Amino acid sequence: MNSIALPRSHARSRRTLTLGGLVALLTVTVLWSLCCGAMDLSVREVIGALGRWLSGQMAHSDDLVVLMLRLPRVLLAMLVGAALACGGTAMQGLFRNPLADPGLVGVSAGAALGAVTMIVLRGALGLAQSAITGSLAITVTAFAGGLLATALVYVLGRRRQGVATLLLAGVAINAIAMAGIGLLTFLANENQLRDLTFWSLGSLGGTDWWRLAMVAPPIVFALVLLPRSARALNALLLGDAQARLLGFRPERLQPMLVALVALAVSAAVSVSGVIGFIGLVVPHLLRLAWGPDHRILLPASALGGAMLLTVADTLARTIVAPAELPIGVLTALLGGPFFLWLMLRTRMGEVRV
Amino acid sequence: MSVAIDSGPSDRLVARDIHVRRGNRCILQAVDLSVAPGRLLALVGPNGAGKSSLLNVLAGLLVPSRGHVTLDDRPLDQWSPTALARRRAMLSQQVHLDFAFSTNEVVMLGRSPHPPNNSAVMGDQGIVEAALRAARAWELRGRNYLDLSGGEQQRVQLARVLAQVWEQHDEPSWVLLDEPEAGLDIAHQHFVLEHARTLTRQGYGVITVLHDLNLAARYADDVALLAQGRLLHHGSPAYALDPHTLSTVYGLPLRRITLDDDEWILVPSRSQDKGAATERVRRYLSRI
Repeated sequence: MNSIALPRSHARSRRTLTLGGLVALLTVTVLWSLCCGAMDLSVREVIGALGRWLSGQMAHSDDLVVLMLRLPRVLLAMLVGAALACGGTAMQGLFRNPLADPGLVGVSAGAALGAVTMIVLRGALGLAQSAITGSLAITVTAFAGGLLATALVYVLGRRRQGVATLLLAGVAINAIAMAGIGLLTFLANENQLRDLTFWSLGSLGGTDWWRLAMVAPPIVFALVLLPRSARALNALLLGDAQARLLGFRPERLQPMLVALVALAVSAAVSVSGVIGFIGLVVPHLLRLAWGPDHRILLPASALGGAMLLTVADTLARTIVAPAELPIGVLTALLGGPFFLWLMLRTRMGEVRV
Repeated sequence: MSVAIDSGPSDRLVARDIHVRRGNRCILQAVDLSVAPGRLLALVGPNGAGKSSLLNVLAGLLVPSRGHVTLDDRPLDQWSPTALARRRAMLSQQVHLDFAFSTNEVVMLGRSPHPPNNSAVMGDQGIVEAALRAARAWELRGRNYLDLSGGEQQRVQLARVLAQVWEQHDEPSWVLLDEPEAGLDIAHQHFVLEHARTLTRQGYGVITVLHDLNLAARYADDVALLAQGRLLHHGSPAYALDPHTLSTVYGLPLRRITLDDDEWILVPSRSQDKGAATERVRRYLSRI
């Protein structure tokens, strides 16, 4: 089709070109996002603010808007988007199913259960009600919930060989987590219900450097390590047996990849709430453009996810300003129709687990 | 004189006392098999005889419940997966690939065990192209794998397997094929086995599961006949494909017809009583 036999050097330069282009696009997106907001700033002002900050010069008065309000939020959007998209790519490769997303192994539902538990029960547990420590506690329990659910899915799912069991365990754990969320929702009072709804719709509102610093390490760690398994993921697309014949160890790769995805996605969800479809849409679009080679796909989906979520978050905080649209609603609005199109386009026989 | 035999036992692929159980069923029982490189061994036998399981055991993919396989006198489980992958490649019966790789990318996956800047003289890209030619899949180069027919996909997978062990170094490499003729037209069936013979002349060891007894008779140096998880015969095609044994094992009366050029083929006899043959099978199998 679009990919003809390319000599080696061409293949490599294609990779450089692709990733370079995405980095350039992402830079433009970030600058645009930093300009947008309640107070319109020009690109020159934004670049000036960043320059003064990086070179340690005296800050101008408007610089604070860029540095304290917008920059951490944009950086967080980038990290969360990258984590979701890169995690989605890895899951789709691992499950050999283009319709897989990180939620399949229970990360999202587990994180949501963790967050909702904290929202509803913190009063009962006598924990501090102040907004800051409250949101911090939610982040921590959501993160723990995501990791825990994934670990549980993994322990249950590895009793039999192959990824199908893992998938089934994921479905079951997802259902149980959802039941838990339902029960807690039933128990929640008015105020808690509002918090809970807000969280489950997803938002990057109220981001500061503190929150960014908390979730950046696990996400960056996973994003750096995931592309190192690119060749193995390519081989895994042929099936576990073929990957083993090619010298890989699926029995080691599988837990490692699941752990890295759980780490990145739990961290992302814990700070942003549930943001759907990024993990599904981004890898798909990129696969249509550049084929399924994970050596390009993993870094490209991290960049693409960063870009898409930055755009989505900028829209979320500007189109109904001074109010904010929940970002999860925006991404679902974008992702839902796309998912349907994908589903109708993919013949059922082509999707095997 | 002894040169041909004297390649030494060390570079052989040897299976000793292989047992494979799955639940209560015995898939393989006490199979001993020693295979020399530079020869083409065909594994034949009826459905469920354990041919594919034996091939998987020889590839190190299936761990036997008893016994072990050695390559160069070293048990397979002591090989690092990468080192083993550089020495032996295997074409499985069915490989599902649901992602839109180009055919070249699929074949390039065969180069995975080799480091990105490996010392291959041709370079990985050169090997991919050569492997596509060798598997008679050159006209499929650059196509989307998902657009290919089953037989075409099979040829691309064969090219991938050939690319994996394209350049041999000090020790002979091994190519294991599980029903490589399945889904191919008659011309490609013969091309594949012709190429397998070429490989043996280059020093490769080739082991292939074959359903078509006449392909085995024509191309194999040695034939191993399996039935009900046991190795019945191992030897030259003329010896191992004895029509009397085959008739009992398959439950279908078979006879040899000699062709003018001294070749022979196996065909079902027409007028035999099938009930008698079935009875012979039953008695025969109760003895082994």
